[in-house]
Amino acid sequence: MALLEVVDVSKIFPGVRALDSVSFTLQPGEVHALVGENGAGKSTLIKVLTGVYKPDGGELKYQDQPAQFGTPMDAQRAGISTIYQEVNLVPLMSVAQNLFLGREPRNAFGLIDRGRMDREAREVLAGYGVTTDVRRQLGTLALGAQQMVALARAVMIDAKVVIMDEPTSSLEPREVQTLFGVIRDLHAKGIGIVYVSHRLDELYEICDAVTILRDGKLVHTGKLADLERIKLVSLMLGRDMAEVRREGATAFSGSATGDEEAAPVLRVRELNSRHKLHDVSFDVRPGEVVGLGGLLGAGRSETVKAIGGAYHLDSGQIEVDGKELKKPTPVRAVKAGVAVQPEDRKAEGIVPGLSVRENIALAVLPRVSRGGFVSDAKIDEIVDKYMKRLRIKASSPDQAVGDLSGGNQQKVLLARLLATDPKVLLLDEPTRGIDVGAKAEVQSLIDELAAEGLGVVLVSSDAEELVEGSDRVVVLRDGVVVGTLTGAEVTAEDLMSTIATEAPREH
Amino acid sequence: MSTETVAARPVVDAARLKAWLPKYGVYAAIVLLVVYNIFFTPYFATWSNLRIQLIQVAPIVIVALGMALVIGTEGIDLSVGSVMALAAAFIPLYLGYGVVAAIIVALLAGVAVGFINGILVARVGLQPIVATLALFVGGRGLAVVISEGKLVDIRNADFLYLGSGDLLGIPVLVWIAAAMVLIVGFVVRRTVFGRRLLAIGGNRPAAELAGLPVKRVLITVYIVCAVLASIAGLLSVARIQSSDASSVGLLIELSAITAVVVGGTPLTGGKVRVLGTVAGALLMQLVIATMIKHNLQPSTTEMVQAVIILIAVYVARERKTR
Repeated sequence: MALLEVVDVSKIFPGVRALDSVSFTLQPGEVHALVGENGAGKSTLIKVLTGVYKPDGGELKYQDQPAQFGTPMDAQRAGISTIYQEVNLVPLMSVAQNLFLGREPRNAFGLIDRGRMDREAREVLAGYGVTTDVRRQLGTLALGAQQMVALARAVMIDAKVVIMDEPTSSLEPREVQTLFGVIRDLHAKGIGIVYVSHRLDELYEICDAVTILRDGKLVHTGKLADLERIKLVSLMLGRDMAEVRREGATAFSGSATGDEEAAPVLRVRELNSRHKLHDVSFDVRPGEVVGLGGLLGAGRSETVKAIGGAYHLDSGQIEVDGKELKKPTPVRAVKAGVAVQPEDRKAEGIVPGLSVRENIALAVLPRVSRGGFVSDAKIDEIVDKYMKRLRIKASSPDQAVGDLSGGNQQKVLLARLLATDPKVLLLDEPTRGIDVGAKAEVQSLIDELAAEGLGVVLVSSDAEELVEGSDRVVVLRDGVVVGTLTGAEVTAEDLMSTIATEAPREH
Repeated sequence: MSTETVAARPVVDAARLKAWLPKYGVYAAIVLLVVYNIFFTPYFATWSNLRIQLIQVAPIVIVALGMALVIGTEGIDLSVGSVMALAAAFIPLYLGYGVVAAIIVALLAGVAVGFINGILVARVGLQPIVATLALFVGGRGLAVVISEGKLVDIRNADFLYLGSGDLLGIPVLVWIAAAMVLIVGFVVRRTVFGRRLLAIGGNRPAAELAGLPVKRVLITVYIVCAVLASIAGLLSVARIQSSDASSVGLLIELSAITAVVVGGTPLTGGKVRVLGTVAGALLMQLVIATMIKHNLQPSTTEMVQAVIILIAVYVARERKTR
């Protein structure tokens, strides 16, 4: 008997098919891994399971009965609990209050029986390895402990299904072990668990079954033990050969452009940031495209942002063109010649309400002005140059960037970066969410820029794009550089096998 | 063919109206109100009435300009009324050293308050509404302490000229307000500071990543806003010919925010409508004047104002969800 089952569900958003007839079955007492890269459809599937989204097609069955959850509350009442990455409890209330929120024990007068509530909370939480004063504000607890409280709360409300969305992303190794202990208990009680994570070691340690999504489609489901790591990674990242043949490969020329002899234009040494980066080091020579490979959460975006001064570093050394970039901030990084294209174009890249020209000129305003007054002539010169060079399609330079297509928005962003005359260009998913034509244009632009002597760091979840676009690939896993692919090794197969190698046991 | 166009017409018009309203609705409302008054309000279309209206609206316009800049960064400044009170309190104390000295001290008070607001918002990271609430409360208290709670009559003729003098037949007060409008409009359109301000309001993380000096710009914005408020404060003193820290600029933050919002500047930042703000202030002034001339209670006026604010916000919202 299946505990929770979806059959052929689809979910369509304007312009995107987020889920394309995906089926998924969760057995009682099963720990089921749900994996896939960004945009694969994991969160959409979770939201369908928990009643946040109504599917546009397909069927949802709960304990073998057709089910329909109108709201997240309905799903919760039926016994489906979700623990999100960010703990969604009330930080200013006490631990005990959070645990019993909405179901507080009452005394004879109908008032909340705080004594009983605190006592019971203490007993419950002890089972989760949390021994703290339950009258403390939840927000003062470590994130790991907060997550345990969330988990305890989920299980207490008689959950039959617990969905965990990257529960370990902010936990210490010791806390991860406690969490796994709790998961094994739940497993023994017959509770079904959907476990979302990108850490392969964790998946293989705790999960029984796996479902892999890619681009909103189901690509594999079955026993995890029967699936090799390398196969799992290639299913997540790779496109199969038939598909590559149909769509054509990327627009990268494939010829190496780096000068082996030249001094590196970017030298990164032992970047450390708590939980996220551990001794990350690599070099980029002028004219070279260095790819950063790895799964989601491996530390690629963090590395790129840290070099751009926008991510906190505990220690580490960054040199741009032989000069040390001390205490990097975005202002200092831009001055030193570092240009970062952030992963999230909408949230951190474009200013949607401003025009194309304002967006392009944004980072170079002091250069196109005199005494604080901007010169339109100078701005137009730059804007004109880059709109032509990057073939930006807009009705006029005065059109608001928010009204452009994704590909053109990305080009505007690249134009802004190039206008600063950078020495190093850091591109985080430069072709995500843009159409095929624009993708090819951006890819050949990256080649061109490297050929002109720029050092380029390329982050991409698309394995083909990464290996074809890069001269070298530095592979990260859990914030550690686990390998560097050079020359003939820069292939999708080598990339995947490097990602899939088992981490050395720490305990 | 012809039936198609007939059917399609109203749809297009509704969409156009939606795009048009937040931009030009405030001007249309002013025109409507003026036309109504010309026909139905006795003694409305007279030079002396226009003078009075402009003199009354001038301080609000000046304060609203600063407020528009702050709102353009997705912020808000509640302390403007208290800044006016502080400026008012310093004027009689320093008029003995000359008009220029008194004005400089009043402006410096604005710089100080704006700097504190800016530091609290940009460096400490407080929400603007909370950060400026502190000086909203404390600033006026300090002003009352400085003035020892007394109402002081001002008799310095040079200073009073700012509030009641004429230049080429137009009140000096109005000239100053007009100059401020031009300067702020120029700053928003043509300076590095203005462009950065809009980018920060439009998408702060993006502005930060692009290497913009976000904190410096924010601190400057709050200083500019407070300096404009202190100009409004000293002009009010010059007009009333007395300094009373407990009443100067009372509730002006609300009038200023209203002017900005009615003028079509979104509270979500990234856009500053300078002329719209002026029009917003004029519209609210006209509404009040019309009500008074028709002997309506102040309470009725307040309710009409509320309706106008709601309409302005609703129209702006329509545009957003388009």
